[in-house]
Amino acid sequence: MSESASAPMIELQSVHKWYGDFHVLRDINLQVGKGEKVVVCGPSGSGKSTMIRCINRLEEHQQGRILVAGIELTADVKNIEAIRREVGMVFQQFNLFPHLTVLQNLMLAPIWVRKTPKREAEETARYYLERVRIPDQADKYPGQLSGGQQQRVAIARSLCMKPEIMLFDEPTSALDPEMIKEVLDVMIQLAEEGMTMVCVTHEMGFARTVADMMVFMDRGEVVERAPPKDFFASPKNDRTKAFLSQILAH
Amino acid sequence: MADITQDLPIAVEGPPPHSSGVFGWLRANLFNSVFNSILTLLCAALLAFAIPPVIRWGLIDAIWSAPNGQACHGAGACWAFIGEKFRFILFGFFPVAETWRPIAVVVVFLLMILAACDRRLRGRRLAMVWIVGLCAVFALMRGGFLGMSRVETEQWSGLPLTLILAIVSMLFGFPFGVLLGLGRRSRLPAVRVICIGYIELVRGVPLITMLFMASLMLPLFLPAGMTIDKLLRAEVAFILFAGAYLAEVVRGGLQAIPRGQVEAADALGLSYVQRTRLIVLPQALAMVIPPLVNTFIGIFKATALVIIISLFDLLTTAETALSDVNWQGFYVEAYVFVGVIYWSFCFFMSRYSQLLEREFNRGRRR
Repeated sequence: MSESASAPMIELQSVHKWYGDFHVLRDINLQVGKGEKVVVCGPSGSGKSTMIRCINRLEEHQQGRILVAGIELTADVKNIEAIRREVGMVFQQFNLFPHLTVLQNLMLAPIWVRKTPKREAEETARYYLERVRIPDQADKYPGQLSGGQQQRVAIARSLCMKPEIMLFDEPTSALDPEMIKEVLDVMIQLAEEGMTMVCVTHEMGFARTVADMMVFMDRGEVVERAPPKDFFASPKNDRTKAFLSQILAH
Repeated sequence: MADITQDLPIAVEGPPPHSSGVFGWLRANLFNSVFNSILTLLCAALLAFAIPPVIRWGLIDAIWSAPNGQACHGAGACWAFIGEKFRFILFGFFPVAETWRPIAVVVVFLLMILAACDRRLRGRRLAMVWIVGLCAVFALMRGGFLGMSRVETEQWSGLPLTLILAIVSMLFGFPFGVLLGLGRRSRLPAVRVICIGYIELVRGVPLITMLFMASLMLPLFLPAGMTIDKLLRAEVAFILFAGAYLAEVVRGGLQAIPRGQVEAADALGLSYVQRTRLIVLPQALAMVIPPLVNTFIGIFKATALVIIISLFDLLTTAETALSDVNWQGFYVEAYVFVGVIYWSFCFFMSRYSQLLEREFNRGRRR
């Protein structure tokens, strides 16, 4: 393997962020290698969403360095757009474009950002709709789909940009229970194919299945990180133990 | 089981009487409670009281032709006055010999409007039709080629003037308003402050003041000998005015767009311009179609204010027609006539907006 392949895809070096006086991220250090899957968990307000959103600059960090695919995130719009092209993101609220059909949602960014020819963009879009198992919904509007279907469209929309990295920000938290599995199945499939993934989620079953590394955050810090086997079996920090006992209680 | 019950009689119930048909409808909609019955009867009485006199005045007792005003005063309307002044009210001081030109202009405008209703002509094609149409309008009004005599803008009047003022100020005021609305929400403080200042200043000043400034004060600041056409100055005042009002309507729409839409567009790598054009504006504008049309209708009718700077729009030509000594006192007829014209255009805008609303909000319906 060449050197660039072994270099981390995502690297956070002592990243800090404040909302006014509130210190949301404190000295975050994180490395994600190519093909690695990191699951981030922690109580609400712990800064996990903020951290993942810093990776594609939906939030701005104020101290430290963030490098994505070898490009450093600075105020330079060129860098930001270059990174966003390589990083797909899936949101809790899906954020599909309601005025466009499913197919148009999928074709938009490849056509406008990657300058892909229309025919090719449509082929890619149909391919990924097939992959997330809703090929027959291409001409519907997002509002006509169920939550689970919408989230799968959102995943397909990101994949159409052929990203190197996928970020998931609580992708199943807004879903009805019976729809969580269909979304997780798509994510597991994606993980098996070697996608580099960072997921903020409370789906511990999913975490056990796909994660290479568990990261537990609380009050803006990374409290503990470990492979899932150790993380669930023998958490070291008391805060991690407390959190896990809460979340795994039932 | 079905076999067992097959032969047993069951009660067959018909629909309750008068639940359908004319009586059913009347009952369900007009007489479904004591209070509504009273209201229905009251309204019916009011209509019976009001409509016959209007019909008698407007049709039965109306005078349709008369040699002059004296012979035309009777119990009913004097439509002979409109017949006599028809050309003047519609086309004002445009040279009589060239009347076909303003007629052609109105026809071109109507064709442009018709083209806007055709769903096959959307986007670039419609824009082309409108650009060609506007050029034709100005060529026809101005003349000075192909044997058409040159007609100065001072002589442009009546319906063509009203349509030109209204349509051009909407056409240019709208994109201007969109830019101002976007600017007011810009992240750049300088842009934001300028936009806020502009909107608040223009919105806080009566339109009449702006027209006055454009027609009386602006020439004072221009170097001697330099003049800008009066119609153009009025037009610019209207565009500036329309922009400020439309900007606030657009801003309302922009504020209603969930943050997630912008974030999703950003995350996909779209630039600010792409995001605004493809994601934000289509949704924001579709949401504010009703107030947009409200503002457009307001602008259309506000063009009547150009009387202040002695341009003769449709309302002013009608008032001028009233000052003919041979035809005096036919106010109601004149105002009803121009009122119907104004109303038809405004009503059309209202209907057209409903068509657009249905089209743009397809995705929102389940």
